Amino acid sequence: MSAGGPPQGANFAPGGTAQRRTPQARGERTSTPLLELIDVARYFDVSLPWLNRLIERKPRQILKAVDGVSLTIAEGETLGLVGESGCGKSTIARLIVGLYRPTRGEIRFAGRRIDFADAELALRRTIQMIFQDPYASLNPRWRVADIVAEPIRAHGIAQTPREVDARVTALLEQVGLAGADGRKYPHQFSGGQRQRVSIARALATNPAFLVCDEPTSALDVSVQAQVLNLMRNLQRELGLTYLFISHNLAVVHHVADRVGVMYLGRIVELAPTHELFTSPQHPYTRMLLAAVPDLSLTGKPRTAVAGEVPNPLDPPSGCAFHPRCPYANERCRVETPMLKRAPTPAGATAVAACHAVEEGRLTTVLDAA
Amino acid sequence: MALLAVERLRVEFPTRRGLLIAVDDVSFSIAPGEVLGVVGESGAGKSLTGAAIIGLIDRPGRIGAGQVLLDGRRIDNLPPEAMRRVRGREIGAVFQDPLTSLNPLYTIGRQLIETITTHLDMSQAEARRRALDLLAEVGIAAPQRRIDHYPHQFSGGMRQRVVIALALAAKPKLIIADEPTTALDVSIQAQIIALLKRLCRDHGTAVMLITHDMGVIAETADRVAVMYAGRIVEIGPVGDVIHRPQHPYTQGLMGSIPSIVDERDDLAQIDGAMPRLTAIPAGCPFHPRCAYAFDRCRAERPDLMRAGTSLAACWLHASPARIA
Ligand SMILES: Nc1ncnc2c1ncn2[C@@H]1O[C@H](COP(=O)(O)OP(=O)(O)OP(=O)(O)O)[C@@H](O)[C@H]1O
Ligand SMILES: Nc1ncnc2c1ncn2[C@@H]1O[C@H](COP(=O)(O)OP(=O)(O)OP(=O)(O)O)[C@@H](O)[C@H]1O
Ligand code: SF4
Ligand SMILES: [Mg+2]
Ligand SMILES: [Mg+2]
Repeated sequence: MSAGGPPQGANFAPGGTAQRRTPQARGERTSTPLLELIDVARYFDVSLPWLNRLIERKPRQILKAVDGVSLTIAEGETLGLVGESGCGKSTIARLIVGLYRPTRGEIRFAGRRIDFADAELALRRTIQMIFQDPYASLNPRWRVADIVAEPIRAHGIAQTPREVDARVTALLEQVGLAGADGRKYPHQFSGGQRQRVSIARALATNPAFLVCDEPTSALDVSVQAQVLNLMRNLQRELGLTYLFISHNLAVVHHVADRVGVMYLGRIVELAPTHELFTSPQHPYTRMLLAAVPDLSLTGKPRTAVAGEVPNPLDPPSGCAFHPRCPYANERCRVETPMLKRAPTPAGATAVAACHAVEEGRLTTVLDAA
Repeated sequence: MALLAVERLRVEFPTRRGLLIAVDDVSFSIAPGEVLGVVGESGAGKSLTGAAIIGLIDRPGRIGAGQVLLDGRRIDNLPPEAMRRVRGREIGAVFQDPLTSLNPLYTIGRQLIETITTHLDMSQAEARRRALDLLAEVGIAAPQRRIDHYPHQFSGGMRQRVVIALALAAKPKLIIADEPTTALDVSIQAQIIALLKRLCRDHGTAVMLITHDMGVIAETADRVAVMYAGRIVEIGPVGDVIHRPQHPYTQGLMGSIPSIVDERDDLAQIDGAMPRLTAIPAGCPFHPRCAYAFDRCRAERPDLMRAGTSLAACWLHASPARIA
């Protein structure tokens, strides 16, 4: 189940090229993809140092953080990406912005490959990232104004110091901070305020594509609402395209046009948002939805997600989800399922990587409790 | 008796343009086995309140007034060395910022084992076993193969869980957890919550849980304190605060939560922004954003007063039977 194999899902993705120029349906984008991942993989060597390995007789360890992901994102679209901690979401984000190079596969932006070193420079300005960890991504020794001004200067967006200042102030105000906050250092801000600084910096170069890795996790709900509304308005005004990574399904439900669900380095389901939340296909997606905490739950235990968290160093055979899946059978244990269009309900455009879904062994009712 | 009592706490920052008061006259207590949720606008002073309790306010910031009692003993005036012992052993802290609590140069295992052997009477081998157990408890798969890895080899959520394991390592009586589950997906979140609740039930551990995730609060907390502009504006039993919020700010807060069932285009938001610390308005600090504000709100600062089964700092609840 490692190298090679056909690209998963590329032909089935609802935003795929097959449906070019048909009228846009809600949640189903139809234009040429702005971003395209084709069978992308990224492995990490996490072996102990050579000497320790020798002494402790441990083998080399390869961690397949992302293993064969194909997806497309159309211009102006928001693709949500969800999945368990450690399933490879941030790794995909870092591959797209060029912080990691893929072990295998291709990444195309506006039709051009961007997965090698010299391809990046021209496109770096159009692809920006909001990082998961607002602390680690802000230089503690720089004033906030310089942090936000850095990409503006680097890309020559504004020329004179006055223009730069004006742009910085406008950006800080756009994310709900004051221009005067530019004089402060990151440690003088609360967690949520720092996250807004990184959003301001990401917007500084007027990017066309924003990779948002948990952009609102550090924010309280009212500021989160402001930031999400802001991001939506920016999208409408500027035609931005987003890859939006979040573990918060309610947030993803709110912002995404389509949602990809990842499990252990692969996409196991990809569907228009409404479809995913009303008739989830993959058993893992069903479990995720059942585990969403709910305000009405005060004091009551929530549905637990069954089973052991998988080990990416030693992924299960066949379908990686089979040890936790209530529908697993012999085929699931030996054969890796590919992303395929789900046969039910009629008219569904979801693709799922599950034998039970393909065989029609699952009802469309949420019954995986 | 309360395990933790915070009384009229004030945290301030002297600056060239005067004194900034970031935490203002905050009082609350937590009983053994109890979970107090702390919610509120970004910048409201939640993290600073937690940092003040464990004696980690960075200079030039300082505790300007009030006191902190653990088991009836004052801990806000302890010398640094004594406070350091309280911190690892009696109070476990999970910081909002998981990366800075981990040393990038040491493996996860080394950091856990060091914390355990410093505070508990355990051999290296025992400490390693406990470290492995802790990693399993916070949901790290195959801990024996992960324990010798470095922080950068872990995902964001995995680092956050390692920090939780570190906080639990010395079996503290009180856990201060600042946004412990923000980077975690729902299933791991459920596991961490179950773990915290088990500690409360079985060992009487008390938890101060700072988070903006109302779902987590609904499920975990016994009581909730809502903070705004450095003050507690509402405190009460969790069900009441969520379903019958008394303070207009709390009401706005509850309205801005996105849900997976409704299809609103725009999320409700409380218009305007929290005042800057340099310009906290007179009277009720929420009045410029409040739809109900009347004259008294602009002139006089409300203290916490009885409002249903909760306490709220809002003049709408003023009555002769007012409590301090
Ligand atoms: N070192 C400092 N110097 C000056 N002001 C500070 C400092 N640290 C924090 N503040 C200010 O104190 C206020 C409270 O900060 P705190 O970190 O407690 O907020 P919070 O409620 O935890 O917010 P969040 O939800 O965003 O984490 C903020 O306005 C922040 O800007
Ligand atoms: N630089 C690295 N070196 C070694 N392993 C890594 C590295 N970066 C990520 N990994 C591993 O790859 C897997 C995927 O990590 P990634 O950060 O992409 O997860 P994630 O889906 O973003 O999780 P989270 O929700 O916790 O942030 C994890 O098992 C992680 O330990
Ligand atoms: S392929 Fe099998 S094991 Fe995997 S999710 Fe589907 S039914 Fe479950
Ligand atoms: Mg991540
Ligand atoms: Mg904070």
